[in-house]
Amino acid sequence: MAADFVIEGLKATIEGKEILKGINLQMKGGEIHAIMGPNGTGKSTLASALMGHPKYEVTEGTAVLDGEDLLEMAVDERARAGLFLAMQYPSEIAGVTNSDFLRSAINSRREEGNEISLIRFIRQMEAKMKELEMNPEFLHRYLNEGFSGGEKKRNEILQMMMLDPKIVILDEIDSGLDIDALKIVAEGVNSMRSPERGFLVITHYQRLLNYIKPDFVHVMMQGRIVKSGGPELAERLEAEGYEWVKEELGIEDETVGQEA
Amino acid sequence: MAKKAPDMEEYQYGFRDEHKSIFQSGKGLTEEIVREISAIKNEPEWMLNFRLKSLEQFRKMPMPKWGGNLDELDFDDIQYYVRPSEKQGKTWEEVPSEIKETFDKLGIPEAEQKFLAGVSAQYESEVVYHSMQKDLEDQGVIFTDTDTALREHPELFKKFFGTIIPPADNKFAALNSAVWSGGSFIYVPKGVKCEVPLQAYFRINSENMGQFERTLILADEDSFVHYVEGCTAPIYSTNSLHSAVVEILCMKNARVRYTTIQNWAPNIYNLVTKRAVAEENATMEWVDGNIGSKLTMKYPAVVLKGRGAKGSVLSIAVAGKDQHQDAGAKMIHLAPDTTSTIVSKSISKHGGKVTYRGLASFGRQAEGAKANIKCDTLILDNQSTSDTIPYNEIMNDNVILEHEATVSKVSEEQLFYLMSRGLTEADATQMIIMGFIEPFTKELPMEYAVEMNRLIKFEMEGSIG
Repeated sequence: MAADFVIEGLKATIEGKEILKGINLQMKGGEIHAIMGPNGTGKSTLASALMGHPKYEVTEGTAVLDGEDLLEMAVDERARAGLFLAMQYPSEIAGVTNSDFLRSAINSRREEGNEISLIRFIRQMEAKMKELEMNPEFLHRYLNEGFSGGEKKRNEILQMMMLDPKIVILDEIDSGLDIDALKIVAEGVNSMRSPERGFLVITHYQRLLNYIKPDFVHVMMQGRIVKSGGPELAERLEAEGYEWVKEELGIEDETVGQEA
Repeated sequence: MAKKAPDMEEYQYGFRDEHKSIFQSGKGLTEEIVREISAIKNEPEWMLNFRLKSLEQFRKMPMPKWGGNLDELDFDDIQYYVRPSEKQGKTWEEVPSEIKETFDKLGIPEAEQKFLAGVSAQYESEVVYHSMQKDLEDQGVIFTDTDTALREHPELFKKFFGTIIPPADNKFAALNSAVWSGGSFIYVPKGVKCEVPLQAYFRINSENMGQFERTLILADEDSFVHYVEGCTAPIYSTNSLHSAVVEILCMKNARVRYTTIQNWAPNIYNLVTKRAVAEENATMEWVDGNIGSKLTMKYPAVVLKGRGAKGSVLSIAVAGKDQHQDAGAKMIHLAPDTTSTIVSKSISKHGGKVTYRGLASFGRQAEGAKANIKCDTLILDNQSTSDTIPYNEIMNDNVILEHEATVSKVSEEQLFYLMSRGLTEADATQMIIMGFIEPFTKELPMEYAVEMNRLIKFEMEGSIG
């Protein structure tokens, strides 16, 4: 069944300051939506709030995935309901190997007694790592510990591939990647495109969208989606920057929640 | 997230057998009891005298005023000797069935079937079961309980017994020297490398019974041995005392590793003296896990006596509700080019208290010596505490001493990250804790690593939410 994801009137605060001021967005399986915008406009907050980061408090709105409101759920329940967030700054966890962690994550979605077999898991993981041109030793490395920026991003994509989510949010997956790594990561994402799965790609730059072609492009400013369009919108932003959007909408300061 | 409150601090191995002991010494410590213990064991005169002198020493010495709180420890309320059965079994079949059942519950036979070289399991005060692989015997390795060693290897025994930790070392060493019973004795001849670990399983099973085992390991030149000791004790309502003495001698170029996992019931005082002497280019490694007990005071030591000797202590301490782990290590550098490493990991939760207490000492001869100390503490809630108390004594200018200490909590970011992949808060917390102690568990033999992980997981249940 194709995923159906509807965000309505989402408002969120951090330390009492409102960052998201009413986000509305509809996505279906098979679609790729890009969220673009300058720094400080609330893009990453949207990603974190949807996943349930404890720093953010959702004050209003819903985010319904296949009939269930994710915002009513704990973080792990959202993940098991099919939401995946590839993070901009993944945590490092010493002493826990990549493979142990991923196997536990997969098994958290399965009934007790129906865990994935070790052999099958290792085969799958090795195959996906090969696609992402990751050294097999990353199986046994501690989770993100001592990984370079690019290695962390690949590891996020690896997790996405293994966990088979319904809705994927990529939060600035392109930051800190050189062009070769960017291509590999983009290929990984493209290989996961399917009529069931939806992607929400958050980025500053149009560059990523040369490799991951969006169906819809949204511009965020001041904690809202202020403009939506097709791929041509991303191209215009790349060519002309964001100033014309601000002029068109009469926005002077596009940021949100920042001290003057 | 709604969560069912798990039963806290319930002790997994708190079962108790209806085992009948043949002789029990009654409570309290008197000269008669010491004489009686020695007589039952048919000991030579010198050992009786050693015990009696030690008793005198014990009475003279004041209770330590540092470390943990010993106010509730009543020496008159402890039983000093229990002998479970008259005959000591050599094969599994000969072991009394009640005792076997207890071992069954602890998973001993399976463990043995795997890759045990020898099992020497201490049940109450006497070793009742002991087996050893034949090829070790053929190589001249002696692995027996300490009482048997006194009978069968008197010269070796008398030469080294009580020389590394004399009775006057501390009050509890004196107590152990007066009433010791059981423990392991190992001698590894020159050049012999024991490929599989030698293992013993200890277990206290009589109310208010102190367990005073005494272990002596002698590793001759160029030899290697890994000795593994694991402990579980059943739960009782009144205080019990465990006070062991472990002496190890690593002769020139020898290497000894001593691995302990102790999982005491929360009412036990665990006051242990462990010390090794490392001669020229010898290596001594303590791997020491302390879970449970009411109070543990334990500071495995290495006296680096010969040039180039190496010492290491890798320890983990877990303190829960009403528990205090006062643990650490001592490295005494007496010779040039000696090196030592201490890695101490501790976890406190539910109001538990962990103290790292360590000594790095460099004598005048310790030219070019190096010591590296790393203490990491993970505190799981706001009621729990941690202290780091390092003592340094430096009598030589040309030494290197590094000390690093960290105290951390399970971070919100890490929890969020793991949970965002589908792990529950409990599983995510557990994973972070297991990662924290991984430097310890990876040093354990496989089956012990499995047991350790199980114990820690069990200990951590209910630590969050």
